[in-house]
Amino acid sequence: MATILHIEEMSTVRVLVGTKKGAFVLTSDGKRKSWAVDGPFFGGWEIYHVKGSPADPNRLYASQSSGWFGQLIQRSNDGGKTWAPVGNAFTYGGVAGTHQWYDGTAHPWEFKRVWHLEPALANPEVVYAGVEDAALFRSDDGGATWHELSGLRRHGSGPRWQPGAGGMCLHTILLDPVNPGRIFIAISAAGVFRSDDGGETWRPINRGLRSEHIPDPTAEVGHCVHRIAMHASRPNVLFMQKHWDVMRSDDAGESWREVSGNLPSDFGFPIEVHSHEPETIYVVPIKSDSEHYPPEGKLRVYRSTSGGNEWEALTRGLPQQDCYVNVLRDSMAVDSLDPCGVYFGTTGGQVYASPDGGDNWTAIVRDLPSVLSVEVQTIR
Amino acid sequence: MIQVVLPAHLRNLVGMQGPLVLEVAGIATQRSILDAVEASHPVLRGTIRDRVTLRRRAFVRFFACGQDVSLDPDDAPLPEAIAAGKEPFLIIGAIAGG
Repeated sequence: MATILHIEEMSTVRVLVGTKKGAFVLTSDGKRKSWAVDGPFFGGWEIYHVKGSPADPNRLYASQSSGWFGQLIQRSNDGGKTWAPVGNAFTYGGVAGTHQWYDGTAHPWEFKRVWHLEPALANPEVVYAGVEDAALFRSDDGGATWHELSGLRRHGSGPRWQPGAGGMCLHTILLDPVNPGRIFIAISAAGVFRSDDGGETWRPINRGLRSEHIPDPTAEVGHCVHRIAMHASRPNVLFMQKHWDVMRSDDAGESWREVSGNLPSDFGFPIEVHSHEPETIYVVPIKSDSEHYPPEGKLRVYRSTSGGNEWEALTRGLPQQDCYVNVLRDSMAVDSLDPCGVYFGTTGGQVYASPDGGDNWTAIVRDLPSVLSVEVQTIR
Repeated sequence: MIQVVLPAHLRNLVGMQGPLVLEVAGIATQRSILDAVEASHPVLRGTIRDRVTLRRRAFVRFFACGQDVSLDPDDAPLPEAIAAGKEPFLIIGAIAGG
């Protein structure tokens, strides 16, 4: 116990929060009781995502955008104290082509914004960007220049992709830490795709998904996948929060099965995996796709310790009446301390943290702009 | 020298609070001024006009001598007061939203 306490005291936890009006950096020691709030950075701009490099925790990337002034990418080399803009030229490779519009007509691919930035596991200069209209870009020079991994859009199903209500966004990028070159990505509303060669070639991996609201409920593409997650020790096991349904794959996405079980609603956005227990997962049920708030006005995180199907409500410290916030897809994350810390942000501007795997929650900041994303760095 | 006033968010981006003061090659037009702005401050590429098409972003407007010139041709000469640096070329974030 004394050793664990020592490690906690020596650690720093940094929570990177993207909001509709700027970025914030929340910092604590490993006890995770007292938090410093820095920001807003880039005040007035939408910060869809901020994420640190696993190889160099001081290297951060942020997606900064605005309906007025477009897309910028910011980079920090000192853990978020100072920032500098890097490259913002996201040009689709070759002929951009078309995807389906909401009415089923062909619509040209148009860059709108970067939803998600995923720094490579081993090299802080390499970073991937998931963008709207859906495509995957990569930078090998710390964000200065970007090139599209266009095999994703060109593998064949691209012209059949269609936007979800929030736009046609590539929102999730999972880099397999065990199988070199394997990348999983997810797109609303196309589905999940996998590359086994570093992003050159791709194929859809949506077998087992069933979406009643599309013309062919079991189509190869067209599923509104909201988020996927994996545990680094077991990258063949994937968990998914789909528009409706919580799903699981035990074969790297070759097949999926539903594990919604006893959830009060299987609609939601984020899904996350405990940092030390690969069968412990978290979701935040939302009432429905038109009522983006928790059932019964009670903000509840649900935890399964069996990889799905059996879920328990985690409520201690969370509002249990008159709560009508949403928790967006990139707004939940875990630290790697023991016990595992779990964090999520709401559209009401609260960031909640649990230092004990979800048993107890506290709002570590509660009046930010609407939260778009939350990431956590554990620095020892 | 031509003066260019940026909207607040773009002034923050380039780290300047006053107007940009720029040498503009040839006749002062929207295109030549924006070319000079982007050449002197590359971070502004894509924030005022599209990087590829060079079309003005939808919620950005241009004013010269009290007139909204946003819809004028890119290569139309701007008033002499702009060219002489007596009046600034204004880049404005449109009032939009609710």
